[in-house]
Amino acid sequence: MNVSTPQVKLTAKDYASDQEVRWCPGCGDYAILKAMQKTLADLQAKRENTVFVSGIGCSSRFPYYMSSYGFHTIHGRAPAIATGVKLANPELDVWIATGDGDGMSIGGNHMLHVLRRNVNVQILLFNNEIYGLTKGQYSPTSRPGTRSPSTPGGSLDSPVNPCTFALGSGGRFVARTTDKLMKHMPVIFERALAHQGASFVEILQNCIIYNDAVFENLTEKDQAPDTTIMVEHGKPLVFGSDGDKGIRIKPGTLVPEVVTVGQDGVTEADLLVHNEKDATLAHMLTTFAPPAFPLALGVLYCDPTESFEERIHGHGRVADVPDVNLADRAAIKADMDKIFLRPGTWEVK
Amino acid sequence: MTAHARAHPHPPVPITPEVDFVRIRFAGDSGDGIQLTGTRFAETSAQFGNDFATFPDYPAEIRAPAGTTYGVSAYSINIGKTEILTSGDQPDVLVALNPAALKINLPDLRRGGTVLVDSDSFTAKNLAKAGYETSPLEDDTLAQFTTIAIGISSMTKASVAHLGIGAKDALRCKNMWTLGLVLWMFGRGRQSVIKWLNAKFKDKPEIAKANIAALQAGNAFGETAEMATELRRFSIPPAPVESGVYRTATGADTLAWGLYAGSRLAGLKLVLGSYPITPASTLLHILSRMGDLGVTTFQAEDEIAAVCSAIGASYAGALGLTTSSGPGIALKTEAIGLAISAELPLVIVNVQRGGPSTGLPTKTEQADLLQAVFGRNGDAPVVVIAASSANDCFDCGIEAVRLATQFMTPVILLTDGYIANAAEPWRIPDMSEDRYAPFPVKFRTDPEGYHPFLRDPETLARSWAVPGTPGLEHRIGGLEKDYHSGNVSYDRDNHQRMTNARVGKILGIANHIPEQTVDFGEDEGPLAILGWGSTYGAIRIAVRRSITGDLPVSHVHLRHIWPLPRNLERVLSRFERIIVPELNTGQLTTLLRSQYPKIRLEPMNKVNGQPFHVSEIEAAIIKALEG
Repeated sequence: MNVSTPQVKLTAKDYASDQEVRWCPGCGDYAILKAMQKTLADLQAKRENTVFVSGIGCSSRFPYYMSSYGFHTIHGRAPAIATGVKLANPELDVWIATGDGDGMSIGGNHMLHVLRRNVNVQILLFNNEIYGLTKGQYSPTSRPGTRSPSTPGGSLDSPVNPCTFALGSGGRFVARTTDKLMKHMPVIFERALAHQGASFVEILQNCIIYNDAVFENLTEKDQAPDTTIMVEHGKPLVFGSDGDKGIRIKPGTLVPEVVTVGQDGVTEADLLVHNEKDATLAHMLTTFAPPAFPLALGVLYCDPTESFEERIHGHGRVADVPDVNLADRAAIKADMDKIFLRPGTWEVK
Repeated sequence: MTAHARAHPHPPVPITPEVDFVRIRFAGDSGDGIQLTGTRFAETSAQFGNDFATFPDYPAEIRAPAGTTYGVSAYSINIGKTEILTSGDQPDVLVALNPAALKINLPDLRRGGTVLVDSDSFTAKNLAKAGYETSPLEDDTLAQFTTIAIGISSMTKASVAHLGIGAKDALRCKNMWTLGLVLWMFGRGRQSVIKWLNAKFKDKPEIAKANIAALQAGNAFGETAEMATELRRFSIPPAPVESGVYRTATGADTLAWGLYAGSRLAGLKLVLGSYPITPASTLLHILSRMGDLGVTTFQAEDEIAAVCSAIGASYAGALGLTTSSGPGIALKTEAIGLAISAELPLVIVNVQRGGPSTGLPTKTEQADLLQAVFGRNGDAPVVVIAASSANDCFDCGIEAVRLATQFMTPVILLTDGYIANAAEPWRIPDMSEDRYAPFPVKFRTDPEGYHPFLRDPETLARSWAVPGTPGLEHRIGGLEKDYHSGNVSYDRDNHQRMTNARVGKILGIANHIPEQTVDFGEDEGPLAILGWGSTYGAIRIAVRRSITGDLPVSHVHLRHIWPLPRNLERVLSRFERIIVPELNTGQLTTLLRSQYPKIRLEPMNKVNGQPFHVSEIEAAIIKALEG
């Protein structure tokens, strides 16, 4: 992680570029941008060593608004571009800004592979369950029956759950937050950056124009306590406006259930305790959704292993070509002769 | 025009090929080990100091059903004392291990040539599979040829019987038995093959032993068999070649090495993003073994990810490289447009194969020229260069890197299946020569007055600042950029200006590449043969033979396809007629007609998956000059 204590302390503003932000007024993306700028300021991240890579879509304009390095690429391919950046320079902090269409539809394949390879990047998937930039068609995360210009009678296909997808792809860091959680987002972003390997963060983000209020039940203060659960490593799975609801495994089964502490003899000791390293629990948490269960927010899974770059560079597979004098003639000749003069040559006089 | 053409401007020309060199073709079932037999023979000939050229021709299926005509695998080798540039001509000796191999390859055999067959394989079942009603060994099918029918299968089995290996493993040695006989026919030693077998099967000594026993038996057969008098024993003296250290190399080898050398001369780390595809995978394999030299290779999840990872690597300050063939290049199209728009260096190798769609994966064709030059959305110019031979690939690899880095542009480098697979004796270049002077990239580090699309007034290349450089943080992408700031711009006049800048930058490269020369023959006259890519060898020999026969013809060969050499029109205008042989339906002709409407070009095209034969080009020359 490229964090240091520079002589001049950078503020959140210092991480904003001079470009006018062009998302629709009221878009959830503004909050995410602000949270990111705050995170990097909190960490005093080096702007020169930070790179934002994006694909196509509203969320993919993100790099233009950061004062770090940025690459706005083509639809769905940010994970592949980011992998190349890390292959060339593993020291960079690389963030991928993507959306539900960019990351789960046209770029689904690359998302799978960047996760299973465990490339050391941070993936921010802005999930607004709709195509915004192309004017409101349903997306692969839209709920069944979503009416849109391309589905006037309501969409028919089942949506993909990004966090379940990420886990199933072999992701070792899976977290979820929302654009309304201004204190939570920086915590999650910081954790994602600290994680060695691919970190996947789903951010529920409101599209005020084409899918407004689709997450209202999850984000409004009067409803959120009963429809969401904030998980924390080592703490029991407790939620509810009175803090008395919890999740336990139904005795004698592998099935989770919502219980109320103090009712039917249920005590806090019966509740599941969150363990970030437990993949089975993590899978269960990714699938929780109202009305039967609260939507799980926080770090659902974090179990680091060797990253792709560590595997490539750490096992002597790729020699470190010295940076200086890479173009030194004697060195080039010596290296080329290593190739040319392997056994099998003959001389003609 | 090419480096190695310059190296020996007037080598001797083979006028009577059956005396000067011998062309051998091995053919059999795809499971018979034909490619291996051919490769070993080529290697042995190389070590003997012969000049040679090879042409593998194998089916797309890994193991097509045995005995079928579509499962026939072949390997042609030309060996001679003069410069050998093509292997596609009529063979003098055909080794056919089954009826199907005979059926497919016999039409190519020179009249009076020698056929060596495995008579054991001429069973009723195999004859039927090959479509023979009666055995060609018994009717007059082979009347015009010298036929040597030997029970190779049974003799192979007998030769390894004492080793107690299974019947199937025993029969697998028949390629070595055959090779033993052919080595005897051409007076070659067996030591290098034996050494190779021992190394290859070092964990299976019994298999190595069996193969060696078969090899020795085949060789002994030539020495002792009753029918030995029928075998024409060829003796090929070593070719007079330029002095130096040589090794056998395919076009894939020399290209991989050239690209690596280019990255070193540019002072950049080489990062390959690739996805397996025939016939380009060999490049991925070769570069994957160069990790100890600092090469990073990445087998991506698909063709798009392959090119994107290369673009990402270039963005981060390495040299991004991607290698593929036509269908894969089609998938990379959008990403190549991004590299054009973001003005990043990138080398894209297209080892062309027969198309469209999946087409003929293992056959050679030159039909991706217009795809390379024009095949993208928007006005999206790139540099296109084409290698003409395995020898030329090394210098083309370096040239591609030079242009990509000095002009901040993608470069498409065209080769084809013929060049990639053909093995040639390759004179190892001396990297301390001036032509291999480094061209180190200078990254921008000065923040003063910087913006990402600041252009060099001479080359129009934008300045290259890489992540990690303090004070030069910037954002780029596929949206149109403002000419003066690099920021996103939808301004209409600006788009005109940026489009002009991108097009002008590429066209201006014509001032930084060598002028076109006439490869062989006079600078003016009644006829020129204009080629590009792998037709080089066939055209060169055809033109030389014609000139030796006092026919006024010249050979012009293009390396730089886009931009074209700035004097090309002038060079072409000095010839009354220009024939353009291409393994496509006329793509270079189409391109040149759009640029030089006054130049009259006569296309000469074929797309049957085979390279041009020297005789085809010769016939066209004679016809043109008689007409």
